[in-house]
Amino acid sequence: MTGPVIIFFVLAALAVLGAVSLILQRHPIHSALSLIVVMVALAGLYLLMGAEFVAAVQIIVYGGAIMVLFVFVIMLLNAGEEERTNFSKLATYAGIPLAVATAGLIAAAIVRSSAGLSSAGPNGTLTSTKTLSMLLFREFVYPFELTSFLILVAILGAIVLAQREN
Amino acid sequence: MSDFLTQYAFLIVPIVKVVVLVLIVLTVDAYLTWLERKVIAHIQARWGPYRVGPHGLLQPLADGVKFILKEDPLPANVDKAGYFIAPFITLMLALTSLAVIPFGPQHFTIFGYETHVGIADVNISLLVLFAITALGVYGVALAGWASNNKYSLLGGLRSSAQMISYELALTLSVVGVLLIAGDFSLRSIIDHQENGNLGLLGWNLFGFSKDGIGFTQIIGFFCFFLAAIAETNRIPFDLPEAESELVAGYHTEYASMKFAMFFIAEYTSMITVSCLATVLFFGGWLSPFPASWTFTHYLPSLLLIPSGVWLVFDGIRYETIFGRIMLPGVGAVLALLGVALVLFPVVNEAIQGPFWFFAKVFAFLFFYIWMRGTLPRFRYDQLMSFGWKFLLPVAIANVVLTSAFILWRMH
Repeated sequence: MTGPVIIFFVLAALAVLGAVSLILQRHPIHSALSLIVVMVALAGLYLLMGAEFVAAVQIIVYGGAIMVLFVFVIMLLNAGEEERTNFSKLATYAGIPLAVATAGLIAAAIVRSSAGLSSAGPNGTLTSTKTLSMLLFREFVYPFELTSFLILVAILGAIVLAQREN
Repeated sequence: MSDFLTQYAFLIVPIVKVVVLVLIVLTVDAYLTWLERKVIAHIQARWGPYRVGPHGLLQPLADGVKFILKEDPLPANVDKAGYFIAPFITLMLALTSLAVIPFGPQHFTIFGYETHVGIADVNISLLVLFAITALGVYGVALAGWASNNKYSLLGGLRSSAQMISYELALTLSVVGVLLIAGDFSLRSIIDHQENGNLGLLGWNLFGFSKDGIGFTQIIGFFCFFLAAIAETNRIPFDLPEAESELVAGYHTEYASMKFAMFFIAEYTSMITVSCLATVLFFGGWLSPFPASWTFTHYLPSLLLIPSGVWLVFDGIRYETIFGRIMLPGVGAVLALLGVALVLFPVVNEAIQGPFWFFAKVFAFLFFYIWMRGTLPRFRYDQLMSFGWKFLLPVAIANVVLTSAFILWRMH
């Protein structure tokens, strides 16, 4: 195996382990930390595909800003450990078959389109930040600005909702 | 053997560089604590460390031994995983951030592998640094939360709030530099500040340049440095560990080597911030003098020889015998180094870049310590309103001003 392939499997394993740990942890802070591991591993995968700007932004925005907010809120509310309950009947009889079916569907789709997916492997080329910004601010400037407007509206909405309580 | 070296040079050379840099940085950290204690002592008309070694020069060594030998108790009811991981996260991120900083202009080839002064030359080195800074908050927040102590938790919460608030100003303050340089790479940001005979006027701080696109980044530097001090939790922004209110804040429950790790991380981030300020606003390794003034290349010797000679003459009058041997010895080495630089012009040319880089970094580190000796701590509400209501708008105004100027010059 070559270097990039080994790194890919290490990062992929890290991401999957982090995601599993996110669900299995009983303390919200531990779950949040597992999610950070997933984010950082994903950033590593982006880097492996030559998308360095996206990798850095993934860590800055998701790993930094958003998850810090999660951790901050959990600490501020001092959320304690969750109690483990017995699984409900619905989860056993409907949830597990549904999960298996979904996983099978995704696997089947991947196997079918494996020819198309192979080109997304590590090809050693870097997408420069300049190219990316040219695309964002020239070709797709209206969708880009509209998205930021949408986010602004969402922030204002959140403030209005929070204010109503007082 | 040489075949093996040629084949794996891409692996061996970076590892050697990492080990060397980590050793250097840890030593510098240790002596930074000595310098800090000495400078603050002299600001307050005291002597500072004086007992261990001449002028307390072996104090860092004694501190290191003490940190290793001290008992490391585990407080009751701590969150074990978080308690153990937090100092490692903090130290690891602090040391990693140094990896993308270029220390000198040279490229050299070892066993057919081309490399340079500094560990990694990444296209997006500035973004990498911000990404690492963004993760840095977890070490402190986690330490505060996992310690199961109200003072630690308050320190951790304060620190996360402070870091989120000042990260915005920190990131926005460098946008001006990015607009001028047009690149995220620290190496090309420095190269862009090289303007031949303009000397220090070509640095981003003053912003004169041959192509006329430069615009003074004094406002950007002001915002950057203030936000960076807040990000490194130093006075006057050291509320996460305000000892008069929170005992020691987030590291109250830490002892021995784990405490030392937070300590080393704090000093390492001070070094990183100083390096970054040097690179972004003060021309990195560029000399402040016009390129035609080649006689300024003897400045390192001019500094080394007199200080070495002075150390020799001052050292032979020291109280202890050990000091009478050690100080003149160090002085002689410094003076000889200065003479060697005059005798070997090739070496002298090679160290010009690193010399200026470290001189500037040292100036910033001294400024950090100076501020600690001078300023009182902010109140918490002052800290927040300063960050959000003053620093952030000023940083945004700087972006608007710089881009307007560049637009005007380009048309």
